[in-house]
Amino acid sequence: MTGTLGKDLLGLESLTGEQIRLILDTAEPFKEISERAIKKVPALRGSTIVNLFFENSTRTRISFEFAEKRLSADTVNVSATGSSVSKGETLVDTARNLEAMRIDMVVIRHSASGAAKFLADRIQSNVINAGDGTHEHPTQGLLDILTLRDRFGDLKGRRICICGDILHSRVARSNIWGLTKLGAEVAVCGPRSLLPNAIDEFGVKIFDRVEAAIEWAEALNVLRLQFERMTAGYIPSAREYNRVFGISRERLDRAKRDILILHPGPMNRGVEIDSDVADGPHSVILDQVTNGVAVRMAVLYLLAGGKPELAEAAKGGSSRGREERE
Amino acid sequence: MKPLFLRGGTLIDPSRRLNAVGDLLVADGVIAASGRGINAPDDAEVIDCGGLIVSPGFIDVHCHLREPGREDVETIATGAKAAAAGGFTAVCAMPNTDPVTDNQAAVGFIVRQAQRAQAARVYPIGAISLGQEGKVLAEFGEMVGAGAVAVSDDGKPVVSAQLMRTALEYARTFRIPVIDHCEEPTLSAGGSMNEGIVSAQLGLKGIPAEAEEIMVIRDILLARLSGGHVHLAHMSTKGSVELIRWGKDRGINVTAEVCPHHLSLTQERVRGYETNAKMNPPLRTEKDCEALRQAVKDGTIDVIATDHAPHHYDEKEREFADAPNGIVGLETALAVIVTNLVEKGYIGFPDLVERMSCTPARVFNLPGGSLKRGAPADITVFDAKARWTVDASQFASKGRNTPYNGMTLVGRAACTIVAGSVVYRSGMPVRGREGGGTRRQTKRAKG
Repeated sequence: MTGTLGKDLLGLESLTGEQIRLILDTAEPFKEISERAIKKVPALRGSTIVNLFFENSTRTRISFEFAEKRLSADTVNVSATGSSVSKGETLVDTARNLEAMRIDMVVIRHSASGAAKFLADRIQSNVINAGDGTHEHPTQGLLDILTLRDRFGDLKGRRICICGDILHSRVARSNIWGLTKLGAEVAVCGPRSLLPNAIDEFGVKIFDRVEAAIEWAEALNVLRLQFERMTAGYIPSAREYNRVFGISRERLDRAKRDILILHPGPMNRGVEIDSDVADGPHSVILDQVTNGVAVRMAVLYLLAGGKPELAEAAKGGSSRGREERE
Repeated sequence: MKPLFLRGGTLIDPSRRLNAVGDLLVADGVIAASGRGINAPDDAEVIDCGGLIVSPGFIDVHCHLREPGREDVETIATGAKAAAAGGFTAVCAMPNTDPVTDNQAAVGFIVRQAQRAQAARVYPIGAISLGQEGKVLAEFGEMVGAGAVAVSDDGKPVVSAQLMRTALEYARTFRIPVIDHCEEPTLSAGGSMNEGIVSAQLGLKGIPAEAEEIMVIRDILLARLSGGHVHLAHMSTKGSVELIRWGKDRGINVTAEVCPHHLSLTQERVRGYETNAKMNPPLRTEKDCEALRQAVKDGTIDVIATDHAPHHYDEKEREFADAPNGIVGLETALAVIVTNLVEKGYIGFPDLVERMSCTPARVFNLPGGSLKRGAPADITVFDAKARWTVDASQFASKGRNTPYNGMTLVGRAACTIVAGSVVYRSGMPVRGREGGGTRRQTKRAKG
C-alpha cells in the first residue's frame, strides 16, 4: 500500500517541499501522544514492522521502536550480529526471507550508501531508511527540521549552518536537501578535508572558519566528529578540532544574536561542542530527540497509507484512520 | 578449406586508404584479392555483403577472460566466442587470472585454450610483476616466447616508479608495450565512483581524476627516461588526454586506449546505485567524455579497447560499494562506437576501423589490421545501419553485466572471419571454427 509519500522513504532528495511539509504537519498531532499517560493509538494495529539494523544504533532504533509501538504495530528487531547476516547471507536474501514472513514495513540501517534503495527496489514492503552509509538519514533530517520549525515557524529565508564532518555525514545530506526545499538558507562549516570536494555544487554557503559561521547563522546543527576519521588522517587531532572548530560559549557570546543549537547525537562533549553550549539555554538537543518519535510516527503512518487529515482522528484513540484506508 | 568470396560490400581498409564497394577473395587463410571485377572461384563459398562494410578484423587489446580461476564467469572459449559475435577477430587477455599469468607455462595454457576455442584469436598479456604484486619482474622473455604480446599488471597500477622504469627498459629487448592501469592508489583508496557532485550526493567515496592523471604523467616521463613503449589502458579523463598529447608532441613513445563506456556514459549513470555502471576507472563527467571523443577523432587516443570484464550476477547484485568493478563490452563495443561517435559525426567509418583494427595491430605488433593481399584473412563484416536492442541474456559471453542492456543501438557485426574461416555469422548460432565441442558451453552460458 502506498500513500502520498510513495512506497518508501529513502531520502529527502526525492521528496518535494510539499511532501516534507506534509510529514511535519502530520507529526504535530503525534507529538501529543507521547505526552499522555497511555502512549498508544491503534493506527497501525495489525501491521508488522521489522527494524533491520546492520549497524549499531541506540537512539534511532529505540526512537523507531517507540514510534512503532505507540502506533500499535507489531515489531521485530533484527541486528547484524546473531542473525543469518553474520553467516554470510546477502542483504537481498535477508530481506526476501523477512518478506516471506509477510511483513508490512522494513526500517533499515546499513553501512553501505544505497542499501535502503537496494532493498526497496527488491521487496514489496515499505522501506524506511534509518541511515545508509554516508548517503542519507531522512528521519533525522526531518526531526531536525521539525525542531527548527517549532522555534522559527516558517523556515523560508532562515539561516542554518551545519558544522563538522559533512563529507561522511548522512545527517548533513538529509538536512541540506530538506532545508533547501523548504526555502531556508543553508551553510556548511568545517575543515575542507571533511567537506566534499564538490560542495560548491550543493547550493550552500561555505564557511572555512566557525567564527564567520556563527556571525551569519541563526541556528547551528553541530555534527558528531567520528573518531575513526582521525586515524584515516582527515584531521590531526580532536584537541585541535575543538580549538579551531568547536562550538564554545565564548564563540557564541561574540555573536550578535542568540543562536539555536542542534546536535543529532551522540555528542562528544568537549570536541565538537562544549558542555555549557550543549546544556545551555539555546540548546534544543533534547527537543530533537522528543520530536524524533513524532516524526517517525508520522512517516510510518503516512507510508502505511494513513490520510494526513485523519492523523488527528488517529490520535483521538479510534482506529478510524486505519479503517478508512482499508 | 574452401575459398571465401565476400561479394559487394563496402571495403574499408585505412591501411591502404581504401573505401569503396568491391569484392574480397579469401583463400588458404589469407586475402587473395580485393576490388572490383574479381571472379569467384567455382568452389568458393559466397557471402553476400551488399549494404555491409567489410573491414580488417577488429582487435581488442584489453579484455578479461577470467580463465584460469573464474571459469564460472567466463572462459577463454566463451570469451573468444563473445569476441567473434562482437566482430573482433582477435583479443588480448589480461593476466589478472588466478593464478596470475606471470610465467611461460601460464601463457602457454591460454594459447592452447584459445586454439581449442576456435573462435577469435586470443593473445595473452603477461604480468609485469610476479603475482602482480609489484615487486619482482616476471620473465618477459619466456612469456613472449610462449606467445605473450605485451605485459601489464592491469587491475592494479604499478605503484613503484622504479619497477615501472625497469619494466619499460627491460621490455625494449622484446619490443613489447608495457601497459599500465593508471591509478594512484592512496588517492583512490576506498573509492567506488568518480569524485564529484554525484559521489557527494550519493554518499559514495570518490576517485578523483587526478588519481589517474598523476600516474599518466609519471608513466609518460618514465617512457621518456627509459625509451620504452608505455601503453596507457582505459583512459577516462580530459586531463589524461592533455597529458598524452603533451607526451606525443615531444616524441615520447606513449600510446593510449579508451573504452566505449568512457566515450558514451557519465557518472550520472551511477545514480540509483547502478552496479552495472561501476567500473575502474569510473565513469566521469560529460566534459571528460567529450575530450575523449575528440581525442579519438584527432588520434591522441590510438585505440578503442573494451576492458571486457565479466562478473557473476550475484556479485553485482549487491550494495554498490561492495560490488566488483567492470562491465562486459565485447558484444556492444561496435554498436556503442557507431551510435555515439559515428552517428554523432565525431568520426567516420574509416576512423572507426583505424582505431579498432589498424592501430591496435600496429601498437601491439600483431598480425592483421589490413586487407592487403597476403594478409591473414581476419575480417569483420558489419552492418553499420542495423538498429538493435541490447539483450544481455543473448550474449555469447557468460557475463551479463552491462549498462547498455535494453538500450537501442546502431551497428552490429554480421560476419566475423578468422584465418579464412567464418567464426560468427549473425542469425546463426555461435560456433567454433571447426564446430563441435562448443555447443554445450554456449548452452550453459545462456542458462
